[in-house]
Amino acid sequence: MLRVLPIAVLVLGGLGVCSVLGQSDTGTLTDSSITWPGWAALLRVLTLQDYNTRVVVLGVACLGAAAGLIGAFMLLRERALLGDALSHATLPGIGLAFMVMVLFGGTGKWLPGLLLGASISGVLGVLCIMLIVRTMRIKQDAALGIVLSVFFGLGVAVTGIVQNMGSGHAAGLQSFIYGKTASMLLSDAVRIGVAGVIITFACLVLFKEFRLLCFDAAYARSQGWPVTLLDVVMMALVVGVTVIGLQAVGLILMIALLVIPPAAAKFWTTRLSRMVFTSALLGGMSCSLGAGMSALVPRLPAGAIIVCVAGLFFLISMFAGPARGVLARWWDQKRLVRSVARQNVLRAIYEVVESSDRDVPGAVTFDELVGRRTWSPREVQNALNCAIRGRLVRPDGFQRYALSDEGRQAAWRAVRNHRLWELYLITHADIAPSHVDRDADRVEHVLGDEMVAELEKLLADTHPNLTTPASPHRIDRAFHVERETA
Amino acid sequence: MTDVSHVDAALRHAVATGDEHPADAPLSVHDLTVAYHRKPVLWDVDFDAPEGRLIGIIGPNGAGKSTLLKAVLDLVPTASGRITVYGKPYREQRALVGYVPQRESVDWDFPVDALDVVAMGRYGKIGWFKPVGRMHREAALHALERVGMADYAKRQISQLSGGQQQRVFLARALAQDARVYLMDEPFAAVDAATERAIVEILQALRAAGKTVLIVHHDLQTVSEYFDHVLLLNMRVVAHGPTEQVFTPENLRKTYGGRLTLLEEAANAVARRGSAE
Repeated sequence: MLRVLPIAVLVLGGLGVCSVLGQSDTGTLTDSSITWPGWAALLRVLTLQDYNTRVVVLGVACLGAAAGLIGAFMLLRERALLGDALSHATLPGIGLAFMVMVLFGGTGKWLPGLLLGASISGVLGVLCIMLIVRTMRIKQDAALGIVLSVFFGLGVAVTGIVQNMGSGHAAGLQSFIYGKTASMLLSDAVRIGVAGVIITFACLVLFKEFRLLCFDAAYARSQGWPVTLLDVVMMALVVGVTVIGLQAVGLILMIALLVIPPAAAKFWTTRLSRMVFTSALLGGMSCSLGAGMSALVPRLPAGAIIVCVAGLFFLISMFAGPARGVLARWWDQKRLVRSVARQNVLRAIYEVVESSDRDVPGAVTFDELVGRRTWSPREVQNALNCAIRGRLVRPDGFQRYALSDEGRQAAWRAVRNHRLWELYLITHADIAPSHVDRDADRVEHVLGDEMVAELEKLLADTHPNLTTPASPHRIDRAFHVERETA
Repeated sequence: MTDVSHVDAALRHAVATGDEHPADAPLSVHDLTVAYHRKPVLWDVDFDAPEGRLIGIIGPNGAGKSTLLKAVLDLVPTASGRITVYGKPYREQRALVGYVPQRESVDWDFPVDALDVVAMGRYGKIGWFKPVGRMHREAALHALERVGMADYAKRQISQLSGGQQQRVFLARALAQDARVYLMDEPFAAVDAATERAIVEILQALRAAGKTVLIVHHDLQTVSEYFDHVLLLNMRVVAHGPTEQVFTPENLRKTYGGRLTLLEEAANAVARRGSAE
């Protein structure tokens, strides 16, 4: 339940956006010239009443979802940064494609031509990295840095030359670097949508193959799966989404859409299918939210805001994610500490009762417990409260405590684990009896059934009474104090 | 490439092994030489694995034990050599060969559960594009049962202990239902329960007539676990039934007194390679 809830909230948020998209058809067709966002403007954007905003938000949402989807597999294939090199390497291709088209008498702004150029040089960049890694003794990170910067530098140079060629349209090339979300046309959004459908379909069909490839490529190859072909298909999908997304968020920030959503999704789930879905959802949401926000405030570049929103989602996921988020880990830690304290107090009661005659049968006083080990009265009280809440210990109201039936069972197990480990250390590890107590203190809480069975087998020959073995050392406060000072 | 085979040819006489291989051996390695970045790590390895035996591959660190398995499986490029499985080239017989890689070779933080991993052993039988069907899930679950891990089927793999992860890998290979198994250090750093489970599985595999090659580190258990041993240190030092081959004399040859000339030759080849 804990895991499903946040995902459900995210889904509902997404659905809300979608339903608004579907219902609203009354938006004006005029260009939105928003100044500072008032409530009315905020409402206008949030409800997507404006045609332009609607196109942009829908378009980038598709882009974010598609990038999140394929990015999840890239991340798991440990090739996330290859996407960064790829997107930077597209720039020279764009400039060269522009040049070629101008030379052949066009305006140079024919988008399919530019995107083709981008794809070719992007793929060339990735091939360069692979070639360098395979043939030279240069590691992947260095190869990435070399190719990324050289291609980008080349791209900046080429676009500079293009701008000097005197064709007035060349200024538009800059938008590939930083992105120009606000000027997205319906045709752009449709193109992104088609790419998204193709990527989704490919990931669904190849889900099993991608899972195998990402988890254990060597095993996949030993089974005869064409690992290189699968990698090429995956890379082609990444090239596709990158090239399509260049205009929207720009090539510098494209990597964010490929990496941040899947990295955030890993905090929410430990199942691949859910992680991929969550990643797509987070990608789509950061994009639509970011684009919406940039529509509110003039001169706020959408690409940058989208990445910031994605980063915010990542932070939230890192803290609140139930799979391995900070809060979840903190909670687990706290639970472990509590269970250790509870076991300690149970064992203390058990051993006090075991070692002396009682005025009240089975009951020990608070002071006796405090004297058992080196712990503060406060710690004892907390542990006792915890055990009382769990109905393992019964207080009698006179500062005396006795084990319940259930508590005695748990205490016996703790005592037994503790002593089995002590005996094991003494007989098999040659550690002096006076030194085993502290060690066993740590280990008794983590002994699993399999390890206990193993201990029983090892000790069976030498120790007749393994049901409740006697302690191999004196049990009293003095013993502990002695250990402290030693 | 050429310089390697040149040295290889020169050495072929030094490590004399017959050219005759039985046609139906589960696994035959013919004159295999492997080089990493032009530095040879396996010289002229040539042997047949007898059917229905547990074969230990023994040798010091850097002797090329894992490389031998990877070369057999076509995972690393070979400078020369040929691998046949039941008389046919390995590439045609992949389905017959199961592989248990070293545990450290994958990221155990990966978002899958134990059953998902074991089901990967069935992917070859499932084929392209199709999801894992019920029949194959059950086969995977059965394989998990055989290694004593049925209760952990739905556990995310990072929550398993090292030994349990090793058993999941073993179950994946079992799920494949191969005839020849190659295992890379399955006993490395596992708990006693896992060690026993693996030994039981190995004996069951032998009883079923399967052939298992296991890279192994612990010399103490060699005689107990394996029928055959292959002593390896860049080349095959000795190969045969354990009681005949696993002798102090052969061990000294394998571990002590490295063949300095062989290593020097390897380094020379690497140097010349990088100078070119």
